[in-house]
Amino acid sequence: MIKVENLRKTFGTKVAVNDISFEVHPGEVLGFLGPNGAGKSTTMRIVTGFIAPSAGRASVCGFDVVEQPLEAKRRIGYLPEAAPSYGEMTVEGFLGWAADMRGLSGQARGRAIGDAVDACSLQGVLQQQIDTLSKGFRHRTCLAQAILHDPEVLILDEPTDGLDPNQKHEVRQLIRRMSEKKTIIFSTHILEEVEEACTRAIIIDGGNIVANGTPAELKSRAVNAGAVLARFAASEGDAARARIASLAGVARVEVANADASGIVLRAFPSGDARGDVLAARVVAELAASGHAPLAISSEAGRLDDVFRAITHSDIHHSRGARA
Amino acid sequence: MSGLPAIRAIARREIGQYFGSPVAYVFLVIFLLLAGILTFTFGAFFERGEASLASFFTWIPWLFLFLVPAVGMRMWAEERRAGTWELLLTLPVTAWQAILGKFLASWLFLALALALTFPFWMTVNWLGQPDNGVVVAGYVGCWLLGGTYLAITCMTSSFTRNQVVAFILAVVVCLLLILVGFTPITDLLSRYLAPDWVDSFASFGVMTHFDGFAKGVLAIRSLVYFGSVIALALVITAAVIRNRRS
Repeated sequence: MIKVENLRKTFGTKVAVNDISFEVHPGEVLGFLGPNGAGKSTTMRIVTGFIAPSAGRASVCGFDVVEQPLEAKRRIGYLPEAAPSYGEMTVEGFLGWAADMRGLSGQARGRAIGDAVDACSLQGVLQQQIDTLSKGFRHRTCLAQAILHDPEVLILDEPTDGLDPNQKHEVRQLIRRMSEKKTIIFSTHILEEVEEACTRAIIIDGGNIVANGTPAELKSRAVNAGAVLARFAASEGDAARARIASLAGVARVEVANADASGIVLRAFPSGDARGDVLAARVVAELAASGHAPLAISSEAGRLDDVFRAITHSDIHHSRGARA
Repeated sequence: MSGLPAIRAIARREIGQYFGSPVAYVFLVIFLLLAGILTFTFGAFFERGEASLASFFTWIPWLFLFLVPAVGMRMWAEERRAGTWELLLTLPVTAWQAILGKFLASWLFLALALALTFPFWMTVNWLGQPDNGVVVAGYVGCWLLGGTYLAITCMTSSFTRNQVVAFILAVVVCLLLILVGFTPITDLLSRYLAPDWVDSFASFGVMTHFDGFAKGVLAIRSLVYFGSVIALALVITAAVIRNRRS
């Protein structure tokens, strides 16, 4: 497991990580979200022992990363941002070197390399020099290095960056497969990835945690969460809108989309009746009044909206620069 | 708990890197060519009329001044540029193990370069009867001098992500260490300073100690000198590596 307490890191006068605390347990996949420069990579670099914190503590499987770095590092597999590797080596040579560095030898070494190669689909390029590979292969070579020693803890900084959609999907599947026994943190800019692969997500902004919860919990914080979308023929739009607005439990109604083929109305809930419950109420009311909708659905909320609503780093930066 | 397997893995990778690219071969060819030319023409090997490798050893501090930084400049600078030090230093190794692995690999490579000058030694043995004890001492001196330059290059290489900057810094530092004990400089100083002062000043330079080896003297204080400079440069490297910034 990973435990981070009141972590802080400053570079000169710049505060990269202000005060971050969280825990991740075996079986959990924690998604790290946040705008560029929010402190995601810095936090990961501290947990992996690459840079020392200015204040606070981080421990991996009970080993403090500053006090007992080797014990902690033995238990971590790390994919750094941009997935660096030694370009002049072959894939096989590089993985062999990583296995040696991890103290693997004999049959265990061969098996570890073989498993990592299979998991990352590198069979076809083993003898190729890493420099000559495409970005996707280079990325997966570095990923293979991270999972080689079957670590208890995996820390992946943008593991799907630069991969095509199929490869992204494969990597997410891989993360999910491994998550049963391991403790995993990964950072990403892709919000759907969080929904697909994470059991919990943390949003970091300006060096602080601004949200921490399951993807469903985070989504429910969206403005649109629990709202109802209903589609009508263009001619019925105004009448339907008035009827819905008059319903108990509806705060307000807006036009979500309108074109020649029809109009889509969005009703925001005001009370406890949200989502499908509210949708049922809308359907019942409209059917009674003869304005049946062509289609109706409820919204779970989108991580995108939550993300945009609670992260403002970029804006702060530009204000700071002008001040 | 031993870090030997990790040191060995790092050293093997470094050596593989030398021979996996043309660098090693270019270096060896240039070194042997220049050493040959300097020894046999400019060093007046034949005109000396004595069976020794003195003309070879005379040139080594100057030849190494440029070639050794060229061998060592990428040691850390390239890791920093490519970002691979993030990979290396998050593996279960200490900064010291990583530094030692890299340094020893390069030092072994210098040993190979020196060993390849064996035709010089055969030539002089064929022409006359040199004191082979002196020759061995001279080679040991060359290797220690190379190690000293290499440790300094390792240090300057850790300062920057630019290999050229690392190279230039290393040449400047090594040149200073040569000049401190270089005869024209010490002669100049002795006009103004007491001889004792000049001697202790010169003993900070590499020349005083290297000349001893070239003359066949294996002085403990010279061994200590080379050992201390190497240790100091590597300690500074370790401090720089530990205080890394992303």
